[in-house]
This record gives sequence, C-alpha cells and structure tokens, in this order.
Amino acid sequence: MFARRRFAVLKNLLEYVGIEPGRLHFSWISSAEAEKFQKTVAAVTEAVKALGPAQHMIKDIRKVA
Amino acid sequence: MEAIAQKIREAAKRLLSEGKVDVVIGYAKGSVPMREYPYFAYTPEEAENLTWTSFCCNNLALYTIRRPGRMAVVAQGCVSRNLVNLINENQFKREDLYVIGVNSPGMVDRRKVQALFPGKTITEVIEEPEHLLVKGQGFEQRIERKKFLRSNCLTCVQRNPVISDEMIGEKGPEGHGGNIDNVAAPWEKLIPAERWAELQETLKDCIRCYACRDACPLCYCHVCFVDEAQPQWCGKTQDEADVATFHILRAFHCAGRCTDCGACESACPQGIKMRRLTSKIEKDIRELYGYRPGMEIGATPPMSLFRPNDPQDFIK
Repeated sequence: MFARRRFAVLKNLLEYVGIEPGRLHFSWISSAEAEKFQKTVAAVTEAVKALGPAQHMIKDIRKVA
Repeated sequence: MEAIAQKIREAAKRLLSEGKVDVVIGYAKGSVPMREYPYFAYTPEEAENLTWTSFCCNNLALYTIRRPGRMAVVAQGCVSRNLVNLINENQFKREDLYVIGVNSPGMVDRRKVQALFPGKTITEVIEEPEHLLVKGQGFEQRIERKKFLRSNCLTCVQRNPVISDEMIGEKGPEGHGGNIDNVAAPWEKLIPAERWAELQETLKDCIRCYACRDACPLCYCHVCFVDEAQPQWCGKTQDEADVATFHILRAFHCAGRCTDCGACESACPQGIKMRRLTSKIEKDIRELYGYRPGMEIGATPPMSLFRPNDPQDFIK
C-alpha cells in the first residue's frame, strides 16, 4: 500500500521525462494467481514488443570507456 | 535588508551570550559579490559576521543535521519548512532548535544579474529597498530587485516562517503572486520523444559534481546511492544514461519532501534547471495526495502513509 503511492509517483516521473507509456507496467498478483501472472506477462511482452527496442537510458560502453 | 541583518546580529549575540544556544547558523558575506554563504557563529563576536541580503540562497536547514547541542537557525519560509520536515523525520527535537524567523523578500538569482553584464565582472552589489545597485569596473547600474528573483521565489507560497521562536522584522505577504501550476512540470504538454530531448538538453552540462545533492536539506543519508560502490546503483560516467539516472533518482528521493527552496539550482555551477524534474513530483504529490511538505509539525510524510482510496488506475 505504501508502494502504491511510490510507484504512482515514480511512473508519472518516468513518463514525464520521456519513457514511453506502455514500457512500464505494474500489477498486483498473488502467488496463488498463476493464471493472472501468465496473462499479465503475455500482455506486458506484447506491449513492449509493439514499442520496439528501448532508445533511452542505454549506456554505450564504447562511447564512455 | 541591512536593518534586518542588524537585528539578526543582535538576536544572535543575545542568544549566544545568554548561553541559550551553542551555535547560530546564518549567512555571512561571500568573498565575491552575490555569493552569501552559510555561517556558524559560536561566540557573540562571531555573530558580528552574520548578514542578510538578497543572495541568501543556501538552505540552512541542511546544517542542522547531525549537529550536537542546541542551535539557532535564521529561517525564512522555505528553510522553516525544511526544518519542520527534519523534525517530522526525527532528525532532531524541536526543543533543540531555536528559529530566528525572517520574512523572505524572495532571493535574487545571481545568474540573471550577471546575464545583464556579459563578460564583465561585478565587484559590488549594494542593497536598496526595491533596487540593487550593481557596480563593476567602468559601469554602475541600478536594477529593479523583483525582476531578478529566482524562479522558485516567484512562485513561492510561504515566505513567512511556519515555525519561529522569535520573529525578526514584520511578517510580509506569503507569496509573490506567481502561480506554481503555470510553471510546474513544463514538459507535460510534450510528446515522449520531445520530453526525452528536453531532459537531455537540460542535463547536457552536468559534470556530476553533486553540488545539488550537497546543498539539499533533504539529502542526509550516510551513504548516498551515487557514492555506493557495492552494488553500484548508478554509473560514474558522463554518459546520458548515468547522468539521467542520477537526476531522476535524486528527484525521486525528494518526493513528498521537496519544499521547492531552490538551493539545488542556486548551488549548481553549471546552471542546470533541476526544478524541471522536482516540480513535477511536487505537483503530483499535491494533486494526488493533497500534501505540501513542511507546513505542519507532526504531519506524516505522504510516502510513509497510504489511504485505501489512493489512485491506482496504473495497476493492471
């Protein structure tokens, strides 16, 4: 319940700085909810695939080393 | 301003000579103009060095952390809010603190003043009630004070201290008239790609000196996440990923605590506007949880609290 507040602020902040909506997902799944877990993972994978590879927050070690 | 400074010195001398406090934390004149710095007066003689000008931009609440003994702090609105924050976060007891309250007239941004005189060195700034007299070699100009305020001072809503044991001078108006909602979170109207470009543009000059963190009265962890080596949460390079990680996380650590005092921007040697990030969180906390940090002793910080009906549309 505390985490809900923190994640709400964090999600807003990350999307505010330009992380695409749809790349960041939150879900509430109990260890007894195998089916929900499976469905959620499938939905997340699909959403992220649709966005394509991440363009931001990638560190190119050849540039900085 | 000088009349207030004189009264601050008198109050500090009285407190120190009566033995009421061990130290008075205030501002002293900087070695260069427009750079007033935090000053610690331990004796009545040292209290002579205290001052109060348009350039008292550091947040003195920072220096109360892990300081033994009784201390007096010169506090305008934002500093007093951060003191309340620290009391609420159990950093010290209210009894150990003596607040010398001052109404803030809004502090002046030295960069805005310097921008008027490109390539010239300002050697002296004289305070007048509504103006500043800026002097340098071969030039002298009187400027209107309120046109050069720091941007956070323009949208301030709490210029009088929220707690004070003694008020220096009169209480003044609470705000300057600027509306924070008009300027907070400036990138909200952009599309994601533009937001990221704006973030990069904002942070491109960052040299990772951590002055923003060091000046911030919220940052008092024994080991900061950027300094930790095992595990290393944040890389130490100038790469955009590392720089962005630092700034995003620094801002996030201030969630529900930031009073928009502007000490980070004033401390930055590169002039980075990190309030573009913190103002978004400040706005979210205000809109989602109806909380303004540091307004009341005993208030529970919003990130240490929950309500059954908190917004949760984002959880699938």
